[in-house]
Amino acid sequence: MKTIDVDRSLCDNHGQCAIAAPAVFRMNSDGVLEYEETFDDALLDEVEEAVDVCPVQAIFLKD
Amino acid sequence: MTRRIIVAGASLGGLRAAEQLRAAGWEEEIVVVGDEAHPPYNRPPLSKELLAAPGGFDEALASVLLRQRRSATGIQWRLGAAVVRADLAARTLTLAGGGQLAWDGLVAATGLRPARVQAPGPLPGRHVVRTLDDALGLHRELKPGLRAVVVGAGFIGCEVAATATSLGCRVTLIEGSGGPMERPLGARLSAGVRRFLQERGIHCLPGQRVSAFTGTGRCTGVRLADGTEVAADVVIEAVGSHPNTEWLDGNGLDLADGVLCDEWLRAVGAGQALPHVVAVGDLARYPDRRTGTGPRRVEHWATPADTAKIAAPALVAGVNGTPVPEPAAPLPSFWTDLFKIRIQGVGSPALAEQTEVFEGDPARPEDGVALGYYRAGRLIGAVTAALPADRQLHYRRLVTEAGLPADSRLAAV
Repeated sequence: MKTIDVDRSLCDNHGQCAIAAPAVFRMNSDGVLEYEETFDDALLDEVEEAVDVCPVQAIFLKD
Repeated sequence: MTRRIIVAGASLGGLRAAEQLRAAGWEEEIVVVGDEAHPPYNRPPLSKELLAAPGGFDEALASVLLRQRRSATGIQWRLGAAVVRADLAARTLTLAGGGQLAWDGLVAATGLRPARVQAPGPLPGRHVVRTLDDALGLHRELKPGLRAVVVGAGFIGCEVAATATSLGCRVTLIEGSGGPMERPLGARLSAGVRRFLQERGIHCLPGQRVSAFTGTGRCTGVRLADGTEVAADVVIEAVGSHPNTEWLDGNGLDLADGVLCDEWLRAVGAGQALPHVVAVGDLARYPDRRTGTGPRRVEHWATPADTAKIAAPALVAGVNGTPVPEPAAPLPSFWTDLFKIRIQGVGSPALAEQTEVFEGDPARPEDGVALGYYRAGRLIGAVTAALPADRQLHYRRLVTEAGLPADSRLAAV
């Protein structure tokens, strides 16, 4: 398992992470990000992709 | 002997290319060469948040530096070293100052530089926004009460006009032939954006072009094609960009508008794709399988990541002499922030023949609007303004579900 930390002071709710890794990130009906704080290693590729596509680099991965 | 892939260009495209080469299993040398002294940084804030409030240099740089994937190890960075020439037959690269590097695979990721307005007049006092240094230099000039003239109404022109207005400048936007972001948004939404910008104090001049810059020594304004003069304390040129491909001249590539590539992003020379040379980012001109149109460049922030994911495995396969994997058909996406509203787009609205209003009124983008863009009867793009991201994701799904055109399996270029 790995851990995700989203810096809410940076997050601007672009929603790109929810496209890259929908199993972990989603936008609620107010357009605000909700996410799983831990995820299975099998999802690492798509979560790394979500980190990459965040326009404000608000997503951090931890072991 | 260890083999080497050189990535020419150390911005977002160079970074993503290097990361994707590692992800594609390349364990030998990767050298990234770039002309800017700074490590890769994020450019969208340069016309928005950073231009508005950069803080000191270190703070500004730290706020935009891009993080490298932790899985991408052992990448050598040679910053402040411009690439001046490549010899694709000899597989060498020449750097400014004369140093030469040999390579087994080459990624062209040297990006774009701003185009300049082709009109006579003094240069001092005129700005472009591409680099961190450009943005910091412009910020110093955007003082409250000063008159700013922005030439060009694309993404950067509109964003700079909005930011300068928020800093208290009196802004005139010289739109040129199309309205605000008219190509990506279409005429109806563009007209709504113009009204929105005007209501927030920007003086928009539709259909006007600059015929000269006035002043002696320093630019004091612009003269328009109809003879009108607009005085300016600072002028910003945002009239598009040119691909940085001169270093590839003389190798038989098609460099008419960026680097012509096949759908694997492999550079095409004499009608054939070169297995050892790929292009990444907005200088790559590649076939668009989603719209079924010919090769074109895509100047959006997501393009470097999208193209690197296709180009890197193709290059590794080319260098190793193994079969290339099936290429993806990336779905372009873009966004802009103007004052407090966000406009988000997906697909290729610029290639649409028809538009449809999904919700809201395009004349009032600030109240929330969504439009669909069609080509040959198929939905190829969607744009939302001032709607929450989940609405944008909904319309994105509609575009995805519309699929690819029947003839999307293009033959080699």
